[in-house]
Amino acid sequence: MSSETTFVDFKSDTQPTWCPGCGDFGTMNGMMKALANTGNDPDDTFIVAGIGCSGKIGTYMHSYALHGVHGRALPVGTGVKLARPDVEVMVAGGDGDGYSIGAGHFVHAVRRNVDLSYVVMDNRIYGLTKGQFSPTSREDFETATSPAGPKQPPVNPLALALAAGGTFIAQTFSSDVQRHAEIVQQAIEHDGFGFVNVFSPCVTFNDVDTYEYFRGSLVDVNEDDEVDHDPADFDQATERILDPDHEYQGVLYQDPDSVPYGDSHGLGEDMSSIPEGAPEDATDLVREFY
Amino acid sequence: MPEDLNWAIGGEAGDGIASTGKIFAQALSRAGRHVFTSKEFASRIRGGYTAYKIRTDVERVQSVVDRLDVLIALTQRTVDENVDELHPGSVVIYDGERSWEAEVPGDVVGVDVPLKHLAEQAGGAIMRNVVALGAAAAIADFPLDCLDEALRKRFGDKGEQIVDGNREAARLGAEHVREAYPDLNGRTAEYGHEYRLERTDADYVLLNGDEAVGMGALAAGCRFYAGYPITPATDVMEYLKGRIERYGGTVVQAEDELSAVNLALGAARGGARAMTATSGPGIDLMAETFGLVATSETPLVIADVMRSGPSTGMPTKQEQGDLDMLLYGGHGEVPRFVLAPTTVGECFHKTVEAFNLAERYQTPVYLVADLSLAVTERTYEPGEFDMGAVEIERGKIVDDDEVGEWLDGQGRFRPHADTEDGVSPRALPGTVGGTHMSTGLEHDELGRRTEDTDVRVRQVDKRDRKVDTAREREDWSPREFGDVDAETLVVSWGSNEGAVLEAMNLLEERGVDVRFVSVPYLFPRADLSEHVEAAERTVVVECNATGQFADVLEHDVLQRVERINKYTGVRFEADELAEEIAARVDGEHEPDTVGGSGEVQAE
Ligand SMILES: Cc1ncc(C[n+]2csc(CCOP(=O)(O)OP(=O)(O)O)c2C)c(N)n1
Ligand code: SF4
Ligand SMILES: [Mg+2]
Repeated sequence: MSSETTFVDFKSDTQPTWCPGCGDFGTMNGMMKALANTGNDPDDTFIVAGIGCSGKIGTYMHSYALHGVHGRALPVGTGVKLARPDVEVMVAGGDGDGYSIGAGHFVHAVRRNVDLSYVVMDNRIYGLTKGQFSPTSREDFETATSPAGPKQPPVNPLALALAAGGTFIAQTFSSDVQRHAEIVQQAIEHDGFGFVNVFSPCVTFNDVDTYEYFRGSLVDVNEDDEVDHDPADFDQATERILDPDHEYQGVLYQDPDSVPYGDSHGLGEDMSSIPEGAPEDATDLVREFY
Repeated sequence: MPEDLNWAIGGEAGDGIASTGKIFAQALSRAGRHVFTSKEFASRIRGGYTAYKIRTDVERVQSVVDRLDVLIALTQRTVDENVDELHPGSVVIYDGERSWEAEVPGDVVGVDVPLKHLAEQAGGAIMRNVVALGAAAAIADFPLDCLDEALRKRFGDKGEQIVDGNREAARLGAEHVREAYPDLNGRTAEYGHEYRLERTDADYVLLNGDEAVGMGALAAGCRFYAGYPITPATDVMEYLKGRIERYGGTVVQAEDELSAVNLALGAARGGARAMTATSGPGIDLMAETFGLVATSETPLVIADVMRSGPSTGMPTKQEQGDLDMLLYGGHGEVPRFVLAPTTVGECFHKTVEAFNLAERYQTPVYLVADLSLAVTERTYEPGEFDMGAVEIERGKIVDDDEVGEWLDGQGRFRPHADTEDGVSPRALPGTVGGTHMSTGLEHDELGRRTEDTDVRVRQVDKRDRKVDTAREREDWSPREFGDVDAETLVVSWGSNEGAVLEAMNLLEERGVDVRFVSVPYLFPRADLSEHVEAAERTVVVECNATGQFADVLEHDVLQRVERINKYTGVRFEADELAEEIAARVDGEHEPDTVGGSGEVQAE
């Protein structure tokens, strides 16, 4: 079926309850396209979704999926992938899910470099809980829990990933679905942890980080007149990721020598199939205790 | 004169106490003697002191006792710490040259061995403890070749020279005792003690509870282990690392227990037999995900090797304090199985069982061990671990052809199908036509979020029904010992079994008969009402302060109250409640679950 798979095959029949205009629609469409374009099939795909408006994506897509507890999507996805190297694993969640309650896992998932893709719908707000500041909210962003702004600098997810040894670090904008899909596709194809931070505006609770704002300010690494972006160039990636004046769209960094965790640990077997009794040489295990 | 010999080596942390003790235990086991070891010593003075104690007999030994026959004291403090356990005729081996001369109580026989000096003679001061082992062997008439074998096992991978050096060290220790104390036996005999470690033809294996859990996991087809190091559970991970790979599996050291349990959950969703092991502090963290495991109906084995709590408590001390947490922990009501192996050997069997239960019922299983099982090395006939008898039952996994039987009208797979026995079909990723989402949100048969009161109630009932089914289908019998007609019933759970059994022997000598029920299944568990009723008194033995299992038992034998329950997600309404109570008054017992639907969606 793979050859004929199109993006609608990854769409479930559950109607999204996202607010009309929510960035997550575009984000999801791009993910579905990318999965179809890479020749994946819903039967061999596993989506792990976080908790948040963003986390509802697991319900709206058609595949094997788990919608787990807030912040723990990455460990679940890692477990699925290590046990089932034959399955395409994609993890998706929000900025709160990934960079606040799940921040510890993010750093370690990046380091582990398991061959999966991670798409974060970064709306710089807690959408589902109705508008509190998130770890990527601006310092002066006024919300119910930050009437005068959070007064703490926002996390720079790309820098965090770079510092943790990320091998594929990208940023997209949900409204530029074509480009977003293309980059998610590269994340899927990457040998290792493909990380994509997607600006996915919340039209209900964030009136600062809006479509207009991103449309007007995002610079595509490929359309920058001054420099030819080379994703393999760590220094150039660092410069752009830490650029105080601009935010970029595109693959900022990709390590061409990335070795995924499964390869460095000699994994490759489908762990779901086991014999009907103890392994044949299991008595050797007993003998070790002589 | 007792047949068993109680031996210990003690010193400061870093003196290589545990590995030396293990060598001696191994040697005894190779000599066909039963061994029961312990490391949990409550220091009476301050931290830093460690000891390894061995009880050995030609008969089975299954507990520690409060008596020391031969003590290797690497420090004066070792003597001081053990003064109460020494008796007239005990032998203390010490090194008079090591800046102190042991002050041993008057009727204890001191044996001064220049450990360091002789070790240097054999090739290096580092072999000092092995000199002491040789000395101990000579004192108890234990053949040195048994010790040689154990030394080879311990040092074999370091080269022949090291093995030979250690053998020589042991020989020098033994020789010194024979030469300097030719009449040692005569002296201990004055106190009625003659130490002889006879060998037998028996062939035993020697292992601890954590190793038995790990071996059980491998036997049961576990392919994925994720864990975060914590005493006393780490040995499970260290055992599996290097072995699970032989079968195509892996061990992942997670960044914390939140991750560990979710990693294992992910692997289990992928279809692997997966487990994690931790101790109390980690169980607290894993509680976050426990409900998800149950509502997503994921088979998962979570081992809790208990230690002293609460909080960081006494990390290297024994306690059975987590029972309430394991039975009731996790918000909401979570169906589960709770198994507590009662011996080192049972750690193996219950682990295999845990994996089968988890998959048969797609429910989390808590496997509860404790520090005293984890650190106890115990001998068994190898046949105890009969790999041929291991059966693996994977439950209702459906393949490409069977998926069709479980689709709804629109061709969608029903992973939470409301079946008679409560168990739904399970389609692993890759199964054609089996796609579905699982979630910690309440869901319908398809796995889609719902707040529909009827569906909610059906799914809760379905999950609970799995436990009811298991209650009927599986054997939850406790282990029974002693005299059925005895006036006194002793009940215990988990690792106390051996100590209770040996206590029963001592009581018998005093003419006290007891009936003993050792409970390995904590949930579901056997109904002990009849046992309790038949006895004059029931005594519950457990390593905790409040008697958590005693509470459970009291609960179980109470007269039943009638219940009104509502779990639709809607509060009680007065008129509804009046109806329900009236129905109880009239003797009608049908549970009712009326209620509206929730409108607000939040997670
Ligand atoms: C342990 C826990 N704490 C809090 C919550 C409540 N909660 C649900 S989603 C969420 C934040 C969501 O923010 P984000 O991840 O950015 O997702 P968004 O809704 O913006 O897509 C919170 C705090 C929860 N479900 N679990
Ligand atoms: S609240 Fe914001 S993030 Fe949530 S669905 Fe609406 S627009 Fe999207
Ligand atoms: Mg958000």
